[in-house]
Amino acid sequence: MSAELGIATRVIELVREVAGRAAEAEVVVRHDAQALTRFANSMIHQNVADATTGVRLRLHLDGRTASGSTTVTDADGLRALVARTVAAAAVSPPDPAWPGVIRPAALRVSAAHPGSGERSGLAFGFDEATARATPAERAERVRDFVQAAGGLETAGYCRTVYVSAAFANTAGQAVEGRTAEAAMDGIARVGGADGVARLASCRLADLDGAVLGARAAAKARAARQPVELPPGEYEVVLEPDAVADLLENLATFGFNGKAYVQRQSFAELGVEQFDPSVTIVDEPLGSRGEPAPGLPFDDEGTPRRSLVLVRDGVTTAVAHDRTSAAQDGTESTGHASAVSRSWGPQATHVRLEAAERPAPLAEVAEADGAGPIAESARPLVARMRRGLLVTDLWYTRVLDPKSLVVTGLTRNGVWLVEDGEIVSAVGGLRFTQSYPQALGPGRVLGIGAESVLLPQSWGRARYAAPALHLAGWNVTGNASG
Amino acid sequence: MSHFEEAGAAVQAALDAGARYADARVMVRRTETMSARDGVVEDLGSDESAGIGVRALVGSGWGFYAVPDLSEPAARAAGRRAAEIAAASATVPGPPVELVPGKAVVASWSSDCVIDPLGVPLSGKGDLLVRATTAAKDAGADMAEANYSIWDTRKWFVSSEGHRIDQHIRECGAGVEASAFGDGEIQRRSWPSWRGQFGTRGWELVEELDLVGNAPRMAEEARALLTAPLCPSGETTLVLGSEQLALQIHESVGHAIELDRILGWEAAFAGTSWLDLSRLGSLRYGSELMNITIDPTFPGGLGSFGFDDEGTAAAKRYAVRDGIWVGVLAGRDSAAVAGLDYAGSVRSDGWSRLPMVRMTNVGLEPGPHTLDEIIAATDDGVFMDVNRSWSIDDRRLNFQFGCELGYEIKNGKLGRMLRNPTYTGIGPRFWQSMDMLSSETTAWGTPNCGKGQPGQIGHTGHPAAPARFTNVRVGVHG
Repeated sequence: MSAELGIATRVIELVREVAGRAAEAEVVVRHDAQALTRFANSMIHQNVADATTGVRLRLHLDGRTASGSTTVTDADGLRALVARTVAAAAVSPPDPAWPGVIRPAALRVSAAHPGSGERSGLAFGFDEATARATPAERAERVRDFVQAAGGLETAGYCRTVYVSAAFANTAGQAVEGRTAEAAMDGIARVGGADGVARLASCRLADLDGAVLGARAAAKARAARQPVELPPGEYEVVLEPDAVADLLENLATFGFNGKAYVQRQSFAELGVEQFDPSVTIVDEPLGSRGEPAPGLPFDDEGTPRRSLVLVRDGVTTAVAHDRTSAAQDGTESTGHASAVSRSWGPQATHVRLEAAERPAPLAEVAEADGAGPIAESARPLVARMRRGLLVTDLWYTRVLDPKSLVVTGLTRNGVWLVEDGEIVSAVGGLRFTQSYPQALGPGRVLGIGAESVLLPQSWGRARYAAPALHLAGWNVTGNASG
Repeated sequence: MSHFEEAGAAVQAALDAGARYADARVMVRRTETMSARDGVVEDLGSDESAGIGVRALVGSGWGFYAVPDLSEPAARAAGRRAAEIAAASATVPGPPVELVPGKAVVASWSSDCVIDPLGVPLSGKGDLLVRATTAAKDAGADMAEANYSIWDTRKWFVSSEGHRIDQHIRECGAGVEASAFGDGEIQRRSWPSWRGQFGTRGWELVEELDLVGNAPRMAEEARALLTAPLCPSGETTLVLGSEQLALQIHESVGHAIELDRILGWEAAFAGTSWLDLSRLGSLRYGSELMNITIDPTFPGGLGSFGFDDEGTAAAKRYAVRDGIWVGVLAGRDSAAVAGLDYAGSVRSDGWSRLPMVRMTNVGLEPGPHTLDEIIAATDDGVFMDVNRSWSIDDRRLNFQFGCELGYEIKNGKLGRMLRNPTYTGIGPRFWQSMDMLSSETTAWGTPNCGKGQPGQIGHTGHPAAPARFTNVRVGVHG
């Protein structure tokens, strides 16, 4: 038994002592060791690490619910947590939406779950070396990134994360698991132009600072001397970094079970809302193509599994925790989090399926490897008569959650493409675009053949994205306004 | 109970491990949040977090390490680990790191608080949210939500230069919102703003908001918005209410004057700034009506404190005076790089995160007019207030905001309500077009300012009053 499961079990015992056997309770204990080496102006300027064990208790007593958390995990701290939460529940208003706690349920096999790696038969899983990565190993990758940029100014981070977590509840569910994750994200800068390269993996060894630094530098060099384009609708090829933003917003606002139940989501199950080429899957346990599994259970102890959100253009599911599932008359999909009751359950390991076959213009894919076009995007760019190649999207915000109209800006490189060739760099553009409409039937002209596993810029979610060729993208402003 | 001893042990351990400077913060924070929907409490959380974060400078490399263990052995180990991490930083080095001189302060500070928010019975707080959401539902909302948040933070700061500072900061706030569902769209009205209003005050702040009394009007306005005409597209005169102007200040001034952004330290994520230090003191940022202050001493502001997380005493300073850019938000190391002699704007969002340059209270000083006078002086324009969406580029120039509520202005009077009002522009051009400014200031609190990697959520304050801007592009709908 891990230390985390020991703490979770102890808290359940304390709940029974204080509140009696009628109380329903669930406990998540999470040890989170994160280290992040950050660089700017081509030097390491912030280098941080922390190791935190947090305990979250949710309690339902006499029809009332309260939750509490603490980082104080000694005996007094755990007793105080239970006492505080029981007291809060006692004076809380009634909670008719309480969905109950999960009955004991086996985890789906995953190499991320201790002891299950052999049985899973899967070729991915927990990487001890990443969990134990040192500041020197992260600094080495930063140094490689900086050197590979060939004198361009660089900035970014190299991150490693180790999580060991456990869940227990009063119905007897008791599960544990651990994960390790690494990510690198950096830009190179020259003459007012930026280029980016980023990658996530479950193995720090997969991150090559030199490869990423060279890629970012190639983009930055090609993004110099941009022209300004007028607003209007443009055909676009979105590179994987930009596609990740689409996946994040679709997951946050569209495939969100609470938003769906409250009629704030565009999602309509069984309806062809996307182009038939679009299949979107949430893969919290990772896959052979994207070996970066998360924990095998959610914050309500529900075993995680793959969830097909869109299959061949038809919306098939949304992410649920037990509360939204109960309201929708269905089962939890394993997407409970500490905030899912407030913000809704969200898919956090979303993948847009890459094209099954390599694109036909293979010779283009083998062209200049140091150019600004991501490998996944090259065949798509080669087919574009006139349009924009967009590297990255930035500061995207929702104007209307129902139609998922989003405004944001391009970042880290945009180019005008004519007859399959880049003809000039383009300055930053503002867009205002409904994401579901952009991916709607007939609007997807091509999908790249390779997915890239990308870290979320802000949190711990991961997105596996190929490039996307779209018929239209609504540009509403440029650097002049 | 004091935690100076543990913080001091961490600092000494870092020095013993080779650091030439070190500081440590012990923080103990209690947080309470509650949310309700349609007359039912949805979530109630009571959290406690305690730990120590240590910062060490070895040569020109910084290191930071944090643990949730307040024992002296753990504190010493954290100090040593911070120094080890700093040594690794020095393998990819830059110019020498210096700190602007700081007075070694021994002090204690507490924010003002009339009614301890954690002392108010939970049942009463829950009843408030239930009544507010019920009132909105009864008035026609398809969905009504309300929430409050309370933060009670105690800090003990020790530095190798002799600082010993403890602070007790209490913050709270609340809000209610009503949504109306139409055919393919949702309209929302929030009181007093979308997240609510927050400050370094006690529960008296929440009582003053009168959530229950204002909830029915929110429901009525949300429903009316469903059938209101779309905000027209074009260039016009724009009058902003103080809540929206507060976010305009936050995004297009507050972040732009962060010195770490100006120096490129945030280039890869949060971004840089269009401001060039060589023009500090001469660059025209806005019209002569524009006077922006950095003021952590502002009473009750959400960005108020006694000392920042480097031990620098709170002090008021101008960022923009008579429209000219004159000041920045700085820390001791960034100020030294820039050749400035002041710091005072470095904070972290908890013991486990590195202190970094953050906004405090960044606000607009009041002008000579009233909102009524501004509207009366406008022949043709649009009024907008209460933020609904925000987006701005990585240099803090090109912005686009959406508001919950709009009204046309015709011949000096408010006319029809307008649906989905948006406006866009370029920061300095926008601020230079400000030609009328009200004296009716509200110190809005923004409790969700994201910055840094790992991500941190900052609490900032923004005193703002209604103002008028000319030749603004509105009605960007996509």
